[in-house]
Amino acid sequence: MTPQELLKQLYDDTLVGNGPAVLELTHTGLAMNLGPEALLYEALIPALEEVGARFERGDFFVPEMLIAGKAMAGALEVLRPLLAETGAESIGTVVMGTVKGDVHDIGKNLVNIMFEGAGFQVIDLGVQVAPEKFVDAVREHSPDIIGFSAFLTTTMPMFKANINALAKAGLRDQVIVMVGGAPVTQEYADVVGADGYAADASAAVVRAKELLQRRRRAALPA
Amino acid sequence: MIACGALAGNVREIAARRGWLVEVQPLPALLHNRPHDIAREAERLAGRALDRGQRAVLAYADCGTYGALDEVCSRLGLARLGGLHCYDVLAGADNMAKLFEAEPGTYVLTDFLVRGFRRAVLAELGLDRYPELWPDYFRHYRRLVWLAQHREPSLEREAQRIAEMFGLPLAVIETGTARLEAELERLVAQAVGRGGPGQDPGRMTRSLAWAAGPARAAGATGPAGAGGGAR
Repeated sequence: MTPQELLKQLYDDTLVGNGPAVLELTHTGLAMNLGPEALLYEALIPALEEVGARFERGDFFVPEMLIAGKAMAGALEVLRPLLAETGAESIGTVVMGTVKGDVHDIGKNLVNIMFEGAGFQVIDLGVQVAPEKFVDAVREHSPDIIGFSAFLTTTMPMFKANINALAKAGLRDQVIVMVGGAPVTQEYADVVGADGYAADASAAVVRAKELLQRRRRAALPA
Repeated sequence: MIACGALAGNVREIAARRGWLVEVQPLPALLHNRPHDIAREAERLAGRALDRGQRAVLAYADCGTYGALDEVCSRLGLARLGGLHCYDVLAGADNMAKLFEAEPGTYVLTDFLVRGFRRAVLAELGLDRYPELWPDYFRHYRRLVWLAQHREPSLEREAQRIAEMFGLPLAVIETGTARLEAELERLVAQAVGRGGPGQDPGRMTRSLAWAAGPARAAGATGPAGAGGGAR
């Protein structure tokens, strides 16, 4: 198998979520001296981008996206320490969590997959995350972005509670706040004072990159 | 009466028993996995009924459309069932809120979901093809609650099998269909009161009065409520 053939096969197997094959090809690629960055940027990430595009078009649904994400996650477990050794930097750090009172995390996990696929470092706090835990995570990890997820109309008000907690801790201006979840709208995101909202996982990555770029540009000396 | 497929059986039974002059038009219950389509399909069927001079009502709660069904109702002058989901319609919104407050990790079943769990849940979530996704979907649930409309031994066995799949305890709350019936009665009364092109409201009202007997208030005939019937 040539390196190009391997990358193509890795792309194909990631696309269909063939976890064992993705893992094996990752090891084979490394053994063939294909660098971790080549495997990531020339096969895994393009495959995940295609998964996201198919999801947006309605060709893929949640199971296909999850299974592809899990396949990629297996490869990332192998590649992450190697990427760190090469000094490859993530394009940003994201802290994610489902808000207090809500155990739904499929949407959040899909967003995590797409963020990781796009090269972000993701710190997932899980479900039922209390405001003070989000505050602690911002203090500990200094993320560029914090994402709040809610699936229930009854738990959406926690967005505001989380944002208030960040403000009270003096951290609100240090982090971009994104919100999402099935019942969430741009209007609601505006009302609670979030910086960004996206309707689905792929759009979340696009929006996150825009917001990050805007913030970094604003931080440049005039 | 445009009804969610998950409720259509109960709706038909109630309408027939009450002698309501309604045509029940079910929409596939699996639209719940694509809630945007519920509003679109309901609007299509309602529009068709209105064009024929019929009145239309929606035997749907909000059902994950997050207001899209309400927009359809507002645009076409329709009424729908109260609440966010059929759980609210069957068990009462306050009771459901208490259930989730007590344990956010509550997975709720109805008779429809018990009967069709494999098709409506397992297959739709891809678990028939990717069983390894089970924890991705369900790992945060701590208990199952079956809102039983008709607690039959066969359904009880199936509910127990589902609970075993989850490895979680099963609680049964016998809701019956009294709350649903009261809600449907409200919809029918609103439709009759509203009148409509090509209709004879008097005929429908007479039929209702003949068939309904003494009006039954929501809950009066005995859904057990969130605490009752649990085990």
